Amino acid sequence: MGVYNWNWSILFKEPYLGWIISGFGNTILIALLAWAIAFPLGSVIGILRTVENRVLRLAATTYVEIFRNIPLLVQMFLWYFVVPELLPADWGRWVKRDLPYPQFITVVLCLGLYTAARVAEQVRSGIEAIPRGQRNAGLAMGLTPTQVYRHVLIPVAYRTIIPPLTSDFLGVFKNSSLALTIGVLELTAQSRQIEEYTFAAFEAFAVATVLYCLVTGLVIAIMRVVETRTRIVGAITVGG
Amino acid sequence: MFSGFDFDVIWRNMPFLLNGVWLTLQLTIMAVTGGILLGLILAVARLSGIKPLAWGVAAYVNFLRSMPLILVIFWFYTLVPKLTGTSISGFYSVLIAFIMFEAAYYSEIIRAGISSVKRGQISAAMALGLTNLQAMRYVVLPQAIRNMIPVLLTQSIVMLQDTSLVYVVGLRDFLTSAEIVASRDNRPTELYLFVALIFLVVCFSASRLVNRLRRKYTL
Amino acid sequence: MIEIKNVSKWYGTFRVLDDCSMAIAKGEVVVICGPSGSGKSTLIKCVNGLEPFTKGEITVDGISVGARSTNLPKLRSRIGMVFQNFELFPHMTAADNIVLAQQKVLGRGAEEARAKAQELLARMGLSEQAAKFPAQLSGGQQQRVAIARALAMDPIAMLFDEPTSALDPEMITEVLDVMVKLAEEGMTMAVVTHEMGFARRVAHRVVFMDQGAIVEDATKADFFGKPRSERAQLFLSKILTH
Repeated sequence: MGVYNWNWSILFKEPYLGWIISGFGNTILIALLAWAIAFPLGSVIGILRTVENRVLRLAATTYVEIFRNIPLLVQMFLWYFVVPELLPADWGRWVKRDLPYPQFITVVLCLGLYTAARVAEQVRSGIEAIPRGQRNAGLAMGLTPTQVYRHVLIPVAYRTIIPPLTSDFLGVFKNSSLALTIGVLELTAQSRQIEEYTFAAFEAFAVATVLYCLVTGLVIAIMRVVETRTRIVGAITVGG
Repeated sequence: MFSGFDFDVIWRNMPFLLNGVWLTLQLTIMAVTGGILLGLILAVARLSGIKPLAWGVAAYVNFLRSMPLILVIFWFYTLVPKLTGTSISGFYSVLIAFIMFEAAYYSEIIRAGISSVKRGQISAAMALGLTNLQAMRYVVLPQAIRNMIPVLLTQSIVMLQDTSLVYVVGLRDFLTSAEIVASRDNRPTELYLFVALIFLVVCFSASRLVNRLRRKYTL
Repeated sequence: MIEIKNVSKWYGTFRVLDDCSMAIAKGEVVVICGPSGSGKSTLIKCVNGLEPFTKGEITVDGISVGARSTNLPKLRSRIGMVFQNFELFPHMTAADNIVLAQQKVLGRGAEEARAKAQELLARMGLSEQAAKFPAQLSGGQQQRVAIARALAMDPIAMLFDEPTSALDPEMITEVLDVMVKLAEEGMTMAVVTHEMGFARRVAHRVVFMDQGAIVEDATKADFFGKPRSERAQLFLSKILTH
């Protein structure tokens, strides 16, 4: 390392500072939008995996298995290169020509659908971890199955899966870096670009690393508070 | 739906694609082996009770777990040659990145496996006169290993999928080879569907196998 | 054989054991009872050093449990212990559970250890179950295997920590029967239990604990005749009304 010329000031010069800020902004935006898809969709799929109806269960399971067993990067390529080809001709043309921010939308959709499968697994394991007796107790009181989910199973399940869900949220945040493969300039891409322009590899990657660590630390701290606030005395916990 | 598609392109380029598959397999096997070994060392260090050591390992694990794998690959791909001063091949730079990255995840799995053995078991072993080390070897580890093997295997399936990220530095794994053919012959649909299907079949069957193992061996 | 002198233990500022003293002579059977949280399980675990204590001294056969120089594994191998939740090793068969410490701690040969295991399982009426894993046995069977595992070390004394409280009612008798037989053979025993029937049958003395302190230490006849302390009377009336 003796010959390495440190140049931290480069990070505060334009255009590099602007690149970092816009990259960081994109990363956050992608993560939040993808989570906005993943959380509700994953919740529905996860709940469907625990219902009595076989057809619904099978459909939910199929979804999870497909999205879990294809590498995320391959899924990204499928959405970006393949899906427009498979759509009816008019739609495909619209997607290719008129869709605004096509890369950005592809990334958000792809990450959202992929993460939904992971959320679904957490929701399912959270519900399955609740002793069978709770469901029976609810039914015995005359609640309908939907009411049992709404008032008994879901409130308990979501509290116990806060830690694994947190790590899934951080997963989207980190996986948003895959956007760079189809040309979205998020944080990792921008730091790579600074490295290519200035050869200040260490500084460029360090700033991205620090920002990722900061967000991770912040999210974990917030979720700890949420977890303690919502904790049920003496409740079971599920590992990640 | 697939009229106008030419799936023959896959057969014509099979040798090239197989080379990619071979690189993917090599990388996966070496990274899994190295990652589990390093992960085991980290887990034992963290449970050792030596405070500074445990603290250092915790910092390492949390640090790597808060970074995207792509960034870790960039770090090692650019810096390993600079740090070592030797012209180390891209493959080994990336391999080191995967080992360091996955070890953080493996160590957490191994630690959870060891901690999952109930305290009463250790008390019972001690009450029989076993020493700490004997209790670890004959009572705790055999149970811990059974509990963690399915999780380690699941993580290794994730790892197999993660290797596709070497695309970002142009290493010719399965996906990158497919991408090369796809853009040369302008056949992205056929090639990416093919790659997706192969991964789906392999990873799905492997995870089924892991589930069966889990049911059989979990205590 | 077992002497507990002025033992106290704190968890932070919470006092779990409060100046406890008692002695158990060779061949004596002592039942320790008291409400939950009274420190009785903690006290019995101090005897073989599974729980450290803050003050006082415990000696077993003249050897101090708390002394730094004491070889605890060796001392523990001479005292058998039976746990509330059995704590059989789930990855080993019943027989292997009994063999393990004989080989690894006492250095017995495989054949000798196996023969001993078979003999003990036969005594417990469990010869058929030797090759089964703990999960394949009923609670009562598991606890009897656990007793056999402890006896295989040829202990000079046995400690029982609520051995029947995790069992279904119909299985309690099969475990108590084994313990009664053991007592009648002259084994030195300290038993934490609420089974007053067992105490009446075989105990020599009954010790009553409350809030970490030994409130009463009386002969069986005195204890059941008329406990001196109000707290012990109250406790007895509560568990004997059913």
